Amino acid sequence: MTVHHPKLALGPVLYYWPKDKVLDFYERMSAMPVEMIYLGETVCSKRHALNTNDWLDLAERLSCAGKEVVLSTMALLEAESELLTLRRLCENGRFTVEANDLGAVRLLADRKIPFVLGTGINVYNGHTLRFLAGLGAKRWVMPVELSRETLASIQAERPDGVETEVFAYGRLPLAYSARCFTARYHNLPKDDCQYRCLDDPEGLTLSTREGQAFLTINGIQTQSAQTCNLVGELAALRELQVDVLRISPQPSGLETVIEAFAASLRGDRDPVEAAQQINATLPYGACNGYWLGQPGLMQVDVND
Amino acid sequence: MATSIPSMPAKPLELVCPAGNLPSLKTAVDHGADAVYIGFRDDTNARHFPGLNFDAKTAAQGIQYAHARHRRVFVALNTFPQPSGWERWQRAVDQAADLGVDAVIAADISVLDYARRQHPDLPLHLSVQGSATNYEAIRFYHEQFGIRRVVLPRVLSLPQVRHALEHSPVPIEVFGFGGLCIMVEGRCLLSSYVTGESPNMCGVCSPAKAVRWEETANGLETRLGGLLIDRYAPGEPAGYPTLCKGRFTVADQTYYAIEEPTSLNTLELLPELHHMGIAAIKIEGRQRSPAYVTQVTEVWRAAIDACRRNPSAYTPKPEWLRELGKVSEGQQTTLGAYHRTWQ
Repeated sequence: MTVHHPKLALGPVLYYWPKDKVLDFYERMSAMPVEMIYLGETVCSKRHALNTNDWLDLAERLSCAGKEVVLSTMALLEAESELLTLRRLCENGRFTVEANDLGAVRLLADRKIPFVLGTGINVYNGHTLRFLAGLGAKRWVMPVELSRETLASIQAERPDGVETEVFAYGRLPLAYSARCFTARYHNLPKDDCQYRCLDDPEGLTLSTREGQAFLTINGIQTQSAQTCNLVGELAALRELQVDVLRISPQPSGLETVIEAFAASLRGDRDPVEAAQQINATLPYGACNGYWLGQPGLMQVDVND
Repeated sequence: MATSIPSMPAKPLELVCPAGNLPSLKTAVDHGADAVYIGFRDDTNARHFPGLNFDAKTAAQGIQYAHARHRRVFVALNTFPQPSGWERWQRAVDQAADLGVDAVIAADISVLDYARRQHPDLPLHLSVQGSATNYEAIRFYHEQFGIRRVVLPRVLSLPQVRHALEHSPVPIEVFGFGGLCIMVEGRCLLSSYVTGESPNMCGVCSPAKAVRWEETANGLETRLGGLLIDRYAPGEPAGYPTLCKGRFTVADQTYYAIEEPTSLNTLELLPELHHMGIAAIKIEGRQRSPAYVTQVTEVWRAAIDACRRNPSAYTPKPEWLRELGKVSEGQQTTLGAYHRTWQ
């Protein structure tokens, strides 16, 4: 029996970075051992440092550099302008699109374009996956709150030709709101937010009054403060025939993380040791609770 | 009086009230609900609380009571089944159909698909948990499952509601009053992040079993899954530690970083909602007491009737606001996302 070999994917940048920083980031990433790159603004349509054309240009460049590029779309679609951008992305004619709202699924299914189901689409069981596969889904990203056990059940009834991706590293996307919590922190109305999320390249940390950090504010998105890290679970991920492991961008230290995943996948490094080494560097620690069927913020050490 | 105002929508605005048990259902019907929504006694609905909800017998009694008075009953089956529980959701759909409910309110694709195939005559409403915030998503659910109504998440501004309605193939129901989810429903995992249980998976948010109240030297503290959600000075009214409504610290500030403990109240928006052609107003609170249901149903019935009689002269009566204020979280209300400045 051959060893299942998942590919590495870089998820979309969830924060708001200036254009230079974004371009520099992807310049560096193009040399990294990730097979796939998801690109685009998925959190807030007011973030305009890169417009749709800029993202498409970047997609072209990364594609030429040998990466499989997927265009990611917004998770919370409200305004007509957001639907216009969505339609343009769905009709790009060249790159696969990641749907993060069923409105996007409708547009893509209508045009018979295969698509990826992002973390924003609720696939909690095999029936839902089969239904969406029938509409053209070729890959799904497991909702982050599901466990290894649930994944095993869904994998057992996974339709042919559908790939499974797991959010394997990064701050977990936990919620979306109409309200911008970054603007609220700065006492600004959302309609005049002054793009203050540019100030915080990895969001703002939210703690209890006892100083226990547990969430990250990222505009209208709420993330975990802890970093999900599943590199230590590589054996289980392989056994479950997971096809793609998603690494969610952070502004610093990402190269080390990608190298650790890649080396562990190649068998050049012990994944458990790699996990421990990365976890020791995380400002608010690691979490793998969801994967193990526990509260998401828990970290259960693999050796325990 | 049989006169009608031409600019008014043809169909009257419907009042949809919550019931966590038979007494609540009866009082909702008695006080003017056009429809009542209920859930079964398990995790197939988003108010899976101990001691709450209906078994087959009480559901049948409730439906009989409502139907005898020409009112309707909807059943919420609006959580997301995982493979291990799938049969439970199938049974719940079958049960709702057998009971002759007037609609099933569902969110998950597999549940909608099952209902559509097994019970093609069973009307389906898209739950707020279905996260349809735009008309393309509404069209998706309509084309795929023939939904007959959509309940919008509590995140859209009034102009956005109007825009969705103008392009929607189905009537729209909006939340008018009650507990306020600040996150898009169906897309909030905060509760499972801290407690392991979320609305999507388990039908609960910030579940009671994860709550602790502690008198300490610093004041009364409320905890969820061990995390300090809030701390109250002596005499300060304390609230249930819903995760998003605590006081937290961001950099140098300690404040209600996500949302204040407050309830949604749209009484003053009623003429606008009526005028734009909203089909129904939903009242939150299946977990609340029959006294709450009575109070809120009575006020909203009076308000909707007053608005229909004479929308241009309509203003919320002070006594209505007072009565609703008494049953609101933290005794405060807000227009929520309908009012842009709140966002």
